[in-house]
Amino acid sequence: MVRRGAGPGNPLPGFGAGLTITVAWLGILLIIPVLACVARAGTLGPGEFFSAVWSVRSRAAYGLTFGTSAVAAVLDVVFGTLLAWVLVRYQFPGRRLMDAVIDLPLALPTAVAGLVYSGLYVKSGWLGQFLVPLGIQGAYSKLAIVLVLAFLGLPFVVRTIQPVLAGIEPELEEAAASLGAGRLDTFLRVLLPSLRPAMVTGGALAFARGLGEYGSVVFVSGNMPLRTEIAPVLIVQKLEEFSVAEATAIAVVLLGASLLALGSISWLESRRQTDAR
Amino acid sequence: MHVSGGGTSSGRGLRVNGDPLWLRLLLIGSAITITGVLIVIPVVYVFVQAFSDGAGAWWSQLTEDADTRHAELLTLSVAPAAVLANTIFGVAAAWTLTRFRFRGRLLLLTLLDLPFAVSPVVAGLCILLIYGSRGWLGPWLKQAGVQVVFAWPGLFLATTFVTLPFVARELIPLMESLGADEELAAVSLGAGPWQLFWRVTLPNIRWGLLFGVIQCHARAMGEFGAVKVVSGGISGQTDTMPLRVEKLFQEYNNPGSYAVASVLTIMALATLTAAWALEHWTNRRPTPSGKEL
Repeated sequence: MVRRGAGPGNPLPGFGAGLTITVAWLGILLIIPVLACVARAGTLGPGEFFSAVWSVRSRAAYGLTFGTSAVAAVLDVVFGTLLAWVLVRYQFPGRRLMDAVIDLPLALPTAVAGLVYSGLYVKSGWLGQFLVPLGIQGAYSKLAIVLVLAFLGLPFVVRTIQPVLAGIEPELEEAAASLGAGRLDTFLRVLLPSLRPAMVTGGALAFARGLGEYGSVVFVSGNMPLRTEIAPVLIVQKLEEFSVAEATAIAVVLLGASLLALGSISWLESRRQTDAR
Repeated sequence: MHVSGGGTSSGRGLRVNGDPLWLRLLLIGSAITITGVLIVIPVVYVFVQAFSDGAGAWWSQLTEDADTRHAELLTLSVAPAAVLANTIFGVAAAWTLTRFRFRGRLLLLTLLDLPFAVSPVVAGLCILLIYGSRGWLGPWLKQAGVQVVFAWPGLFLATTFVTLPFVARELIPLMESLGADEELAAVSLGAGPWQLFWRVTLPNIRWGLLFGVIQCHARAMGEFGAVKVVSGGISGQTDTMPLRVEKLFQEYNNPGSYAVASVLTIMALATLTAAWALEHWTNRRPTPSGKEL
């Protein structure tokens, strides 16, 4: 590892060029546009800003965005822990295929996910024909948003837990078992505490993924104001009505929430790394 | 924070596996149900819908509609351009951030993750606010006769914004773990900058680089929210393939919509297969989240 600075002590070339490209790309593509967004929101008067970000419709949208992302993240933690457990601990035909398939939500365009989920859960769809008679509306509802967000977030949880679970020393479980602990006791008292940080981080990643999602949700939710309209959909709606100022104000709120989530994940991750040492 | 790889099979897992058979079967059954319902059935459904009228109908959906054809070509030019831009950036950023220590390095590392957190819709809006007709640069661009928003450059900027970290995030942990010893040796033996890159650095990072490029491309071709905001939704002009999927769906043209979606799905499956083969072939195990600095 290079511990030397960029000064004359380091003989490697390319610091100037590399830094220039890095800063230029980040600046032009990322920083200046984001600052433009914040600056534009800043030109609104406080009253105007407040009425845009705190209208009944936008409050409903934030609530729905956070709520569905949170429920989807919890579902992902439950499902993801189970999948990671099965993939790490058991051998069965198709295990490798299952392992490979779990990454699909990362590669599949979100519009495709949205299109398919909207088709599967309507009354005439493959899954809807069984669920709708039971009163379960998996399309054009809040549940539809949760389902598609759970799909998108699943790999984040599985891939965060998997290596941790694989790294747990078997001696720990053997010791617990030899001291007379049952299987459930061992899981709850020995394994779960070691897995918890990974579960929290994975859940946070899934949650953050859900907060900003647009492409899939716009297909499945029905986008009814106050009921099934998430914040990113509301932003696009406002843009289509040429209310750029309102859209920007709501975008700044969403941006703040995303940055908060990113900060929390970095913090969780750094704590996890120190714990591991 | 992208996630990749997996398949952490450890032989010793078997040794401690004291779970009774019924429990094992129950858990494996649930896992199969979860992956089946959430992931496998949706993919199968795309193809069943796309090919419901046969392969001939599928092909004519893809080739006979001029707007669909245009969308295909547009995605084929925007996505690779964004990947190229982010590959140059990724290599430069990884080199700078792993081989040198300087003030502001941690800040740059943090900023790199920004696109993972920012909603694509917000990303698109940011670009609109700079390059749009009433944006910061709008009047100036109009005078110069350059159309950014509602045109190719806007689509490129939005896609590049969203996929910015993919290559860099793959290379940074890799180059950090490789260390600079070989490069320092090459320099002390008199290697020039390009020699150093082509002969020493690139051979060491090529698989990681390819892995990052593949993931970046998957994300770039599928980008929807950011592109939608800057595209203006002009059929036959600024609709990329994902946007075409939505437009056909809104026009109640399900066969057309699913045909385009099936092509995107095939590309996603190809991405996964390539990434999977690369991982097993080179026997490398990418970190679950590229943050280990």
